[in-house]
Parts: sequence; C-alpha cells; structure tokens
Amino acid sequence: MHIEIDEISKAFGPTAALTPVSLAIPSGALVALLGPSGSGKTTLLRILGGLEFPTSGRILFDGADATGLAVQDRRAGFVFQSYALFRHMTVFDNIAYGLKTRPRATRPPRAEIARRVTKLLDLIQLPDIGARYPSQLSGGQRQRVALARALAIEPRMLLLDEPFGALDAKVRKDLRQGLRDIHDETGLTTVFVTHDQEEAMELADLVVVMSGSRSGGRIEQIGKPADIRARPATPFVRDFISA
Amino acid sequence: MSDIRFAAATEEPAAVRRLLIGLAVAGLATLVAAPLLVVFAEALAQGWLAAVTALGNRDAQSAIRLTLLIAGISVPLNAAFGIAAAWFITKFDFRGKAVLITLIDLPFSVSPVVAGLCIVLMFGTNSLVGGWLVASGHPIVFALPGIVLATMFVTFPFVARELIPVMIEQGRAEEEAALTLGASGWRTFRTVTLPNIRWALLYGVLLCNARAMGEFGAVAVVSGKIRGQTATMPITIEMLYNEYLSVAAFSLAAVLTLLALVTLLLKTALEIRHADQLSATHRH
Repeated sequence: MHIEIDEISKAFGPTAALTPVSLAIPSGALVALLGPSGSGKTTLLRILGGLEFPTSGRILFDGADATGLAVQDRRAGFVFQSYALFRHMTVFDNIAYGLKTRPRATRPPRAEIARRVTKLLDLIQLPDIGARYPSQLSGGQRQRVALARALAIEPRMLLLDEPFGALDAKVRKDLRQGLRDIHDETGLTTVFVTHDQEEAMELADLVVVMSGSRSGGRIEQIGKPADIRARPATPFVRDFISA
Repeated sequence: MSDIRFAAATEEPAAVRRLLIGLAVAGLATLVAAPLLVVFAEALAQGWLAAVTALGNRDAQSAIRLTLLIAGISVPLNAAFGIAAAWFITKFDFRGKAVLITLIDLPFSVSPVVAGLCIVLMFGTNSLVGGWLVASGHPIVFALPGIVLATMFVTFPFVARELIPVMIEQGRAEEEAALTLGASGWRTFRTVTLPNIRWALLYGVLLCNARAMGEFGAVAVVSGKIRGQTATMPITIEMLYNEYLSVAAFSLAAVLTLLALVTLLLKTALEIRHADQLSATHRH
C-alpha cells in the first residue's frame, strides 16, 4: 500500500514532537525511520498506526484520506518495542487474537484460524511453541511471535518500533534477515524505527534520517542507503551516519 | 582448612534468627491469635446451645442479613468504581491526576465518624436535599441508603489502591496491541486488561469486603442504631456487649470473624490453585 504523509505535525500539550513533515512511501517498500531519541520517529510511526493522531496535516493510504481512521480500521500490523505480547495467553492464542476478535461475519471458522496460526508459526520458524506462554520464550522468540501476531490480521502495512532494540548482536543479525525475508515474501509496505544507522542502512530500501530539536522532530534527508552515505544532505546527517 | 564455613552474605547467626522468628511468633500470638481465640471461647462459654440460641434471636438474624446486604451492594459498586478510577488514572494523561489520586485516598485519612457526620449533614432532615427526600418517602439517613453510602465512602480506596500500582507497572502496550489487532475498547478491557489485573482485583475486593462488613464508626453515626432495622453486625455486637449480654455479643462477633476468615481462606485456596499463573504474571 502506498502511504503519503502530508505536512504532519504533532504536539503533546506545550511540547512539540514533530514539526510538519512530509514523506511518500511507495507500495511494497521497506523503509527505516532513523534518528536519535527525541527526533519524533516513534511518534510518526504511532501516527501511521492510529495510536496517536496528528495535530495538523493529513495521511493518505493509496490516495484515500486516512487521517482520522480509527486504529482498529487501519489494518496496520504493529510490532511494539517490548513486543507487548499478551502475557496471560499462549503463543497460539496471541497469534489468533486478531482473527478471533473479528466480527462474526468476517471471522474465519475455528479450524481455519488454527491452520493460519500454524502457517504463521512455520513462517517465523518456530513451529512447536504454540502452547507456551510469552514468559517461557527468549527475547528473539518473543520478537518473532509479535511479528506473527501482527501478520495474522492480514495487514495492509507492517509497522515496527525498534524491533531489534532489546536483543543481543547475534540474534539481531539473524532476525534482521528474518524480517527482510518476510518482507520480500509478503510484499507488505514496511516501516521500522531504529536509532542504529548500520541496521537502517543494511536492511532498508529507503532511509529517512530524522533529527530532534526544541521545535520538534524533523526530516533531514530521504534516500537510498547508498545515496545517503555518498551524499549526506546536511551536517547532521554526515555526523549521524559516521558515528 | 576443613573447619572454614562459608555463609551466604544475607544469612544471620542462628541465635539472631531464632530471636527474630520468636519475636514475630510471639507478636502474632498475643496480638492476633489470642484475641481471636478469646472471641470464640467467650461465645461458647455457656455451651453451643446458648450461642446458637443467641444467634437465632430476631435482632441478631436481622443484623446478619443487613450486613451481608450492605456488603453485597457496596463491594460490587466499589469494585466497579475502583476499576474505572484505576483505568482512568493509569491509561490516560491529564491534568490534575495527582489531585484525583489524593481524593481517592481521602477516606483513608478522614476519620470514619467524620465521614458519617458529613453524610448526616448532607442528607439529614435539616438539609435541603435530605428534607425533600424524607418528605418524598426516601430517607437516606437512619436507613439503608445512608449505611451503604457510609460503607462505600470508607471502603472506596481499597480496590483502586490495589489496582493502580499493578496497572502502572503493566503499562499500556498490551492494550495498544489489542487495539491494533482490531479489538474494540470494551473487548480490549475484557480480554487483555481484566485478565492481567484479576489477582490484584480479587485482593482489593476481599479487603474491601472485610472492611465493609466490619465498619463501625461511620455506620454508627448514620444508622441511628435501630434494632432489627438499621443495626449492622458490628453495631449489634456493641449494643449487646453494653447490655452485658456477653454470650450473645461474642457469638455474633464469632460469626463476623468467621465471615472474614472464610474470605481469607478463599483467597488462599485460589492462590494455591492458580500458582502457575501467579508466577507467570508475578503479582499477588
């Protein structure tokens, strides 16, 4: 799905989080929002997901205005920084949650839900953990379950908030490839937030470098990883990617 | 070298341990266990028959029914209010949050007698509202509604106080996840929030219930102590005791104590039965 962000700004009370930013995300792209903390990258992601609403500006999904669309109606698969798995449910029930929560008319029958959950567990290469609880999983396994749960709702886009933030270096590398594979397989428009420039450069087709200031987060440069490396648009970008 | 003994850093010498454990046991025995035993001993001082006869008295029966009725009304209402307040405070950001938390705690710091007096002043015959209510045949003071109000005021903080720290610790991420998966607000509450807080909620409800059945001060002021009508168990116990009817007083006291013990046992039984879930969610 093509996403158009048109002059979006956000303020929390007197604090500005985003100065008006504009960004076009082509359908099927894998995009990184890269920046230090306070640059508004998570706020922008949450606005896309419908968890925050912008103070001004518009969002268009495939050309249709989605600015005021409720979070439930966005069909955005969201992976949270700490994964936010439902701790009182098994892995199976976590992944099935989005399907079971649909209204009766569009809810798949029980057997179909089970089939889809099994398929997703295969996709994340953890076929045997359906009966376990989140507290019995490693960090990397939790992240993959969170991804499967987000994919279960057949989302129109995938939004990930620091998806590799809480993992050690080895697991990070594996899961990075895992996300790339899942993206290529599903063809979903995918946006992820990171403060790690190496991660952004290695994984994304398109990198959006953001910076923070007293007047709110802003976009410094949008481009392919190689272009940003070769031609940083501002001193901030040069400093940030060489760090 | 063989007689070197390694002790854990947090381990105390045996003598100190025994002394501390002894102190705790002695304290519990004199302050909690002994008075409880005395209640039952006094109730049965003239045998089972006397105790049962005293409990069969019409006023005693009415007191038991009234106390159960009041707990039955005020505990569910306070549980609902407590959940709403805790939800509001922990899941939303707004101005005046600290003031609201202080307000919820207010019943803990105000003397129950003062609380009772406030209700009398607000709804008594001499007040504007009270006068109209009495005239229209719905008196609040010296009647059931007043006792329920007084009980609810005193027990208001219990549920919210248990829930707020648990809900703050759990944050909002799981609810947000449910919303992004398409769940409505109500469904999110039912399938995500409520299961996560159920143990804290149960604990709060049990504390609230124990206090609701045992409340004396506030109820004494608003009830008018009409025997067989507005006298709850604690108030009837006090009246019987003042009339030197010690077997009757202590029999009723024993029943009140048993009601409290039953709720405690219920909680322990639930904790044992769901020990695995408890350790998974590591709270209460």
